[in-house]
Amino acid sequence: MDVLMLSRLQFAVATYFHFLFVPLTLGLSILLAIMETRYVITKDIEYQRMAKFWGKIFLINFVIGIVTGITLEFQFGTNWSQYSRFVGDIFGSLLAIEATAAFFLESTFITVWALGWKRLSPKVHALTVWLVAIASNLSALWIIIANSWMQHPVGFVIRNGRAELTDFLAVITQKFAILAVLHTVGAAYLLTGFFVMGISAYHILKKQHLPFFIKSFRMALNMALIFSLFVVLEGHLHGADLAEKQPAKLAALESHWETANHVPFYFFIVPDADQEQNLLQFGRIPSGLSLLVFHDPTATIYGLKDFPKKNRPPVGLIFFSFRFMVLLGFIFIFLTVMCWVKRNRLESNPGLLKMILYSIPLPYIACALGWTVSEVGRQPWIVYGVMRTSQAVSPIATPQVALSIIAFIVVYSFLGLVTFSLMVKHAKKGPETFTSATT
Amino acid sequence: MLETIWFVLWGILWTIYFALDGFDLGLGTIMPLLAKNETDKRIIYNAQYPYWDGNEVWLITAGGVTFAAFPTMYAVMFSSFYSALMLILFALIFRAVSFEFRGKIDNPSWRRLWDIAMVVGSFLPSLLLGVAFANIFRGIPIDGEGIYHGNILTLLNPYGLAGGILFLVLFCLHGSLWLTVKAEGEVHQRASVLAKKLWLVLVIVAGLFLLATGFFTQLYQNYLKSPILFIIPLVMVASLFLIRVFIKKQAWGKAWVASSGTIAGVTLFGVVGLYPTLLPSSINPSYSLTIFNAASSPLTLKIMLGVALVFVPIVIIYQAWVYNFFKDKVREKDLRYGEQY
Repeated sequence: MDVLMLSRLQFAVATYFHFLFVPLTLGLSILLAIMETRYVITKDIEYQRMAKFWGKIFLINFVIGIVTGITLEFQFGTNWSQYSRFVGDIFGSLLAIEATAAFFLESTFITVWALGWKRLSPKVHALTVWLVAIASNLSALWIIIANSWMQHPVGFVIRNGRAELTDFLAVITQKFAILAVLHTVGAAYLLTGFFVMGISAYHILKKQHLPFFIKSFRMALNMALIFSLFVVLEGHLHGADLAEKQPAKLAALESHWETANHVPFYFFIVPDADQEQNLLQFGRIPSGLSLLVFHDPTATIYGLKDFPKKNRPPVGLIFFSFRFMVLLGFIFIFLTVMCWVKRNRLESNPGLLKMILYSIPLPYIACALGWTVSEVGRQPWIVYGVMRTSQAVSPIATPQVALSIIAFIVVYSFLGLVTFSLMVKHAKKGPETFTSATT
Repeated sequence: MLETIWFVLWGILWTIYFALDGFDLGLGTIMPLLAKNETDKRIIYNAQYPYWDGNEVWLITAGGVTFAAFPTMYAVMFSSFYSALMLILFALIFRAVSFEFRGKIDNPSWRRLWDIAMVVGSFLPSLLLGVAFANIFRGIPIDGEGIYHGNILTLLNPYGLAGGILFLVLFCLHGSLWLTVKAEGEVHQRASVLAKKLWLVLVIVAGLFLLATGFFTQLYQNYLKSPILFIIPLVMVASLFLIRVFIKKQAWGKAWVASSGTIAGVTLFGVVGLYPTLLPSSINPSYSLTIFNAASSPLTLKIMLGVALVFVPIVIIYQAWVYNFFKDKVREKDLRYGEQY
């Protein structure tokens, strides 16, 4: 393999791994903030116990999210130096703003929060976790704005052999970014809801700490239900935007080859990229795709054949990733609605609780699939329509990249394993033993 | 003008990073010399836990600002230092997670594993950051396209290694002084004894480094051109000796401030000597990256200046609040609280 392929794989490994931890940080920080706020308002100590128990899991998750984020920022320089030179004027600024305006805040106050249970009044303590929650979510905002600029570059000219900023507001307020932020953050809240519901379900099934975990379950259920509906509805809005801004990606998502109007939708497709057609397609809804994307049965949708082969993303991977993500989206709605219906008699529905427990990994998978759709779907471009991924890689020697990708895989597997087992251990232990635990 | 302002800011951000993260990296490195038992170790962990995360963000910011203000510098420096930088990043990862992981399983070999992670994870960045910056001062073999013609061994030249040892000793002294402030009893005693020894080593290493800088780099040219600038190395040397004065007076907090001043002095000494170069080329001076050929567009520099002038002071204010909030010494009895590390 060459430096390009190794660097792409390394970035993929680092990003997928990083994003295993980011969504829970985004959502759980908000849940913790709500718990502590309720404690301040109601003086019900149960809410503080909840914040302490879930807070311990939060901290383990948080630190891995932080350290794996640093390697991502630095990889733009180490592995993608041609990209960094070309877009630093815009992309670099967004990362720098993220660090100064958001990342500092969360990293500084996380330790005040972690060590502040006795030193701070409940009100100020709740304030620190709100700061962490807001700052984490602002971090996500800036990073997604930066990513959206790679997806749909705006507010720049090509000058002096690079992309130079001309309109900062256009970069940070473009519709593509707003939709992407809402979708990513919504998915993070959904994942958090399922995570907390799943662990709560484990304890409810074992009939231990019932009031504590029923309360936790219901709080998380509200979050999961709202955002299951939200991500699917909001995700639907991306269609028309993609058709306009990344038509090749949209065509790949639906494995749609010939430009046409009245484009039908098929429930089942097996794409065949070599023959530029679908091997199998059935479950036809006439004009369905035109309707889905543009809300207009006559609308024209560009097919993949309209794009030269060298400008097409890999169809199969994107098509299946997208389909599975959407399928999972509907499963999330189904599961959360079921839980909502039975919310007052959770204990007497062990089957449902078991399903929820085993559903914890599903939102993680959905997030990974979503990023696959977004990033692989952008290929062969690193900046859509402006710079190819193959032009972006650093002029460096292959062996050092081969060595570093092995290091990434070994170190991250080890860290992932340790983190996972520590989180399982703590989650199983439950809240009671926590208060007397020493470290 | 904008480029010069950004060059100064760039230097200041790296300076703050070294002065802050320097003490926790140093403290992690010298832990085996100072901790005789589990309680001592936990005191050392807790003496740095509240700060390390906030300190490390200065690294992200210094890196991010290099990316935003001098993208070509970011691209060339980070890809040239590829292996060294990867080592630093992995070391920082292991160091960071050892805080969270170490206490979670009550088992001596588990804790030993994370103690090793802490020590190695602190030692490597201290050394390699010094190696990296000495190489920036000295220049590296980059051609007109910014392509690096060397490998990690190229960076480990005598001057690079001298820079690495200088940073290592600076950080270890900085860390032991921090511990004299944060700990009492025997741990405090051991830290103060170590600080005195390290100070002597530092005087020798710093002297040699300043001398070697004359042979291996062009840094002194700026100083000879405008001798007023010699005030920076003079302040550095003065802070260095103030450390010893304050140690003698047992004014530990002041000694720590003086060692921050020394670290700042070393960094700024190099940065000012470089101006207007960011990264000299050892192949041909005309290939060097300067603030003129590596900077972002004026619009970006202006916007980022606004962002920096608003947010950096705010960050300094709330980080100062946090330092003040945790100003108490780490006491043995405090370690019994569940929330301690």
